[in-house]
Formats: sequence, C-alpha cells, structure tokens
Amino acid sequence: MLEVARGQVAAIVGADPRQIVFTSGGTESNNLAIFGAMTAATRRRRIISSEIEHSSILAPLAELERRGFEVVRIAPDRDGRIAPERVLDAIGSNRDTALVTLGLANSEVGTVQDLAPLKSACRDAGAIFHVDAAQAVGRIGVDVNALGCDLMTLSGHKLGAPAGIGALYIRDPAQISSTTLGGPQETGRRAGTPNLLGATAFGAVVEALLDLMPAESDRVATLAATLFARLREAIPGLQLNGPLIGRLPNTLNLTFPGVLGESMLIAHDLEGVEVSMGSACAAGAVEPSHVLLAMGRSRADARSSLRISLGWNTTAAEIDAVAKIIPNVWRRVAAAEPISEAASR
Amino acid sequence: MSARVIVAMSGGVDSSVAAAILREQGYDVVGVAMRLAPEPSAPVAKRRGTCCSHDDFEDARRVAERMDFPFYVIDLRADFAARVVDNFVSEYIGGRTPNPCVMCNREIKFDRLWSRANALQADFVATGHYARIENGPDGRFHLLRAADNSKDQSYFLFTLGRAELARTLFPLGAITKTEVRARARALGLANADKAESQEICFVPDGDYARFVERASAPEQIRAGAIIDSAGNRLAEHAGVHRFTVGQRRGLGIATGERLYVREIRPQSGEVVVAPREFLDAPGLTAERVSLVDDSLASGAEVPVEVKIRYRHPAIPAMMRVDSSRHAEVRFIASGPAVTPGQACVFYRGDEVLGGGFIERALGAD
Repeated sequence: MLEVARGQVAAIVGADPRQIVFTSGGTESNNLAIFGAMTAATRRRRIISSEIEHSSILAPLAELERRGFEVVRIAPDRDGRIAPERVLDAIGSNRDTALVTLGLANSEVGTVQDLAPLKSACRDAGAIFHVDAAQAVGRIGVDVNALGCDLMTLSGHKLGAPAGIGALYIRDPAQISSTTLGGPQETGRRAGTPNLLGATAFGAVVEALLDLMPAESDRVATLAATLFARLREAIPGLQLNGPLIGRLPNTLNLTFPGVLGESMLIAHDLEGVEVSMGSACAAGAVEPSHVLLAMGRSRADARSSLRISLGWNTTAAEIDAVAKIIPNVWRRVAAAEPISEAASR
Repeated sequence: MSARVIVAMSGGVDSSVAAAILREQGYDVVGVAMRLAPEPSAPVAKRRGTCCSHDDFEDARRVAERMDFPFYVIDLRADFAARVVDNFVSEYIGGRTPNPCVMCNREIKFDRLWSRANALQADFVATGHYARIENGPDGRFHLLRAADNSKDQSYFLFTLGRAELARTLFPLGAITKTEVRARARALGLANADKAESQEICFVPDGDYARFVERASAPEQIRAGAIIDSAGNRLAEHAGVHRFTVGQRRGLGIATGERLYVREIRPQSGEVVVAPREFLDAPGLTAERVSLVDDSLASGAEVPVEVKIRYRHPAIPAMMRVDSSRHAEVRFIASGPAVTPGQACVFYRGDEVLGGGFIERALGAD
C-alpha cells in the first residue's frame, strides 16, 4: 500500500517512485533538504535563498548561519517575484555554493517563480537545487525534470490530506545525508516507521487532483478572479499583493485600507468566513508578514492584509456569498475600529 | 438572535466563570484574550500568577471549548505599551505612584476592546471584575461596589461613564469569590483553583523599580538625597522612582524614630521623610476627574466618601469639582497619607460617583 501511494505522489511531479521519501510534512521535508544537503556537502559553505521563503526554510537557514555557513537571501520585486538573473548573479562563478533553495509558489501571496533558468546554472556550479513546491503541487503543473531540481518538498495537508504527511523528492540519494537516524526505512533516507495512513490519503488526493487538473485550476482561477473583481469594485483602495498573472489560481492576498487584519479575521470568522493572515501565532502575537515587508509594503499595510484561499470544494455560490460579506465586514470594521497609531507601528 | 457579548478573558478563574455565566444565560458569548505583554520568559515551573502567557490563553481556550463559544487572542501589545506601560514609567520618573490597572481599564478594556467589540457587532463588553452595574429607578445606569466587599474592584472602574455602563456586564458583581470557585468546579473548568494574579501583570517579579530603570534612559533617573522636614540630609538614594509617599520600609535610614516618605520632589531629586503624624493631610487635589453624572461638576461642595488607595477604606469628605475636571477634596476627619498618582475614587454609599488621579496633598492651613 505504501508503494501504491509512493507511485501516486511520484506521478504528480513526474518523478520515479524510488525518488520519493515520505516525511511528516512540508516542514520536515524542508529541514531534511537543507540540513541533509549541508551535511553531505562537506566542503562548501554557502547557501542561496530568498527573503520570502516559508519559516521552515528561513529558520533552518538562520540556524546554519549561526553555525558559520554563509546565507545569501535574494530580495523579491514588488510583486514577490525573485528575478532569476539575481539568483544567477549570486551563484556567479563562485564554487562555494552548496545549495540553492527557493519556493516555487509563495505561501502567502501566491506568486509563482520562474525557476527554469536556474537548472543549468546550479548544475554548472555544482550546487544542489532544492525547490519548495509545498504550495504549488496540485494547483499548477509541476515537473521535477522540467525544473531540473535535485530536491523538491511536497506537502499533504495543503491538498486536503490529513496533517502529518509530506514528501521529499530526492533525485540522487548521494546528494543528501539522512538527518533522522535509526532504522533503514525509506531506503535509509528517513528512519522511523512510515505514516501509512497519511501516505495512503496523500496518494489518493494527488491521484484525484491529477485527474481534475488542469480544468480544476482553471475553475478556481476564474472564481478567484471573479471574487477579486467584485471586491475591488466594493472596496475603494483595495490592493492585490502579488502579480495579476503568474500566480497560484487559488490564493488572493489583499490589503484592506484602514483596518487591522486581525480584526477583519475575527469578524469574518464569526460570519463563518475563514481567512488567514500572513503569519499569525496561536499565542496572539501578530507580526507583520515578512513576505509583504520584503515586497516593500509598509508595516501598517502588512498588518491590514489578509489571505483568502479557495479550494477544490469552493463553489460559485460561496464566492457570490463572500463577495457580499467581505465588503460589509470591511465597512463595519473600518468604521468601528480605525487603525490606531500604536497598532500601526 | 441573542445579544452578543465580548468577554475579556485572562485564563483566570474570574473571567472564565464570568464568560460561563453569560453563556448559561443565553448570550452569544465571544471570548477574547488580550495579549498585552510579551510571553513571560521565566521557566514554566517558576511561573505563578502571571498573565499573558501561552498557558493562560490555553486555559481560557479550554473554557471556551467546554462552554462552546468562539474564542480569540487579540494582539494589543503596542497599545498597552504606548498607553499603559509608558505612562507607568513616566509617572514613577515624575515622583508619582501610578495605578496601571486603572489606566488599563480606561485605555485598553473600555477603549480598544470596545472598538473591537463594535467591529464584531457586540452589544456588550463583559469582564470578570467584582463590581455591579444597576439600572436604577431613575432609568440610569449606576456603578456599585461588589456584593463581596473583600473583592470589590469598583475602585479600578471609576472612569466608566453612563454610556459605557449601559453596555457593560459584570457577571461576578453579585457573588463572592468562594462562589466563583464553586461555580468553576461545578462547571468542570480546569482553572477552578488557579492562583490569584498579582498586582502588576507586566512586572512578573514585582521589582517595579528595576522595570522602570530598564524602560528609561539613564539621564531620566533622578537620584538624590533623603532629607528630613528641616532639610537635613539623612541619606542618598538611587532614584525618586524607588519611593512612594507613605512608604516606610527600604529607606535605608537608621534613626530612632520611624520615618515615612512624606513628599517626593522629582525636580531636585529630594525625598522628604517625616514621622507618621506629619503625613496626615487635610485633603487633596485631583486631576483628570471623570464623573458618572456630570451634573456633579458644578463647582459646588458635595459630601462623598473618598477612597485614595485600593486597599484603604473610603473616608468621609467634601468634594468640589470644577468644569476643568479638577477636584478639591477635604477630609472630614484627618486623612491618611496622600500619594500623588494614585486614583481617588468618590463614593456615596455603594455607588461610585467618579474619580480622578491625585495631584497633591492639601497643605495644613
């Protein structure tokens, strides 16, 4: 059964099943990719990444920096795009780069990166190329061979599988060292009894998605575009974060003028509409999104931003309903709780 | 549709029971915990009676799950720092003794939380304070002491006006702390026997002097001399923020008689000490006075009972408030030490008439 699931997961990114290692999720996959690659790279000391990566990339990089590795973080443009030329410049003729790690689609604003030009440069420089595709797989077509990456992170629960399952595509096992040591599971690349239930669900989800795509992507993209058009009409000054084209079909990141995102989030939750903020924490310390700040937004704008995600189960009727609810909530929150000076700091 | 009430929840037993009572009464309860300070850094085992920790919020969340109402943590750190903590520090630096709980109620719970409540279409805001609100025969709302006199917190709530009282609920006002704990146990709330929180939530170790020193620039700290009423230097001190009028301990003076802080002079850095009988003042002046009923601000003398510290009993006095929100209060008998910066709250029987912040003691004239 595990091998059926492995085959299904491999198929959605065009990989060989033997190149798929099951993990506990995107975070573990990113940790395995980064620490595994840097452990295997005995000599090289340099990592190239960007300022807008997921925390499961940024935190391992910060840790490696503390341990003496050099980390180069490329800044995005205003739409959250990482210019391939800047990555190529950073790789340059430097033979010390061990790893290039970049997200294929940004988790907060949905910008899809143009990573194809990096394939040969990484090969030429002898650097391992890791792509965090946790947000992209199942939403846009992703192919490990077309991207030419060495490692790719996949997440199960982002697609509707239960939390606790993910995968790492490993092109050549020699390129990374295992970071979880123990039994010989997953051909020695990740010790520990595999999560069979999770993997089975993951496999079933991606197989279903493979059948639905690309029609499903188009359907969701149309719904998202309809929602954005209606919100923009109803909310003067509403800003879309990220590009109009070259984005994930299901994600809208919007800056609502004159309101606190936290307040909007709670007000929507009470109306039965689930939206999210860039980086909220369970203990109630809301920090402005590092992605939006890196894209040049002010702290105040970052605090006024919300992410709206659509899924395969989102219907046109639901979009019609939220297109009415959101402007009403915005008007009410803006009138009742104008942003205070303290809160915008 | 039932009325919606935003309940401020700290994770402690009082606000938990307050929320549970309202839920049982059929209100559409929305629980909100306010993150006011950063996560406490002390090891879990050593924490007692702090607030704003992840554990406290989880306690509140458990109550919300048990009683089946929505619960959110909201981030008011910036507002709390700007409106409560900065004021706390500058008051101490200025030689006064602030009351941050009053400021927090005024600036955070009944201002920022109120705005949030409006944004969430709430009809009421509720807290676990021990105080009562009654809709009187005159058709107006009155703020009254709690039924449990030993827990009464009406002192901290004097800034509430009629409009706020009309939309505020204090479900614990009519019951005792013992009953609250019993209710919590009966409801199966996990925090039924949780320890009381301490007085100043954002100074977990209680060392407020060190807190003030950390939060201010070295040149703001006013060190100086401890002197007696005749101007004799008795000792040196490290800063006026370390003293409170009426304080006896920690003066670092060994004399035959017991000496108390009588006056703090922030400009010169002098702290004047005197024997107890010299501290008694005939009255005080107060600033930033607010009254539940504005008609009392007529400039006429009104008999009241005044409470000049939370733990002091209210004493009879004559009060006169002018239109500039300034009060002069004369005690009927001689009063206790008057501490600038503390709240003075006016009562008539059980009813809170209003209050202000003590400016200075009246001289004996």
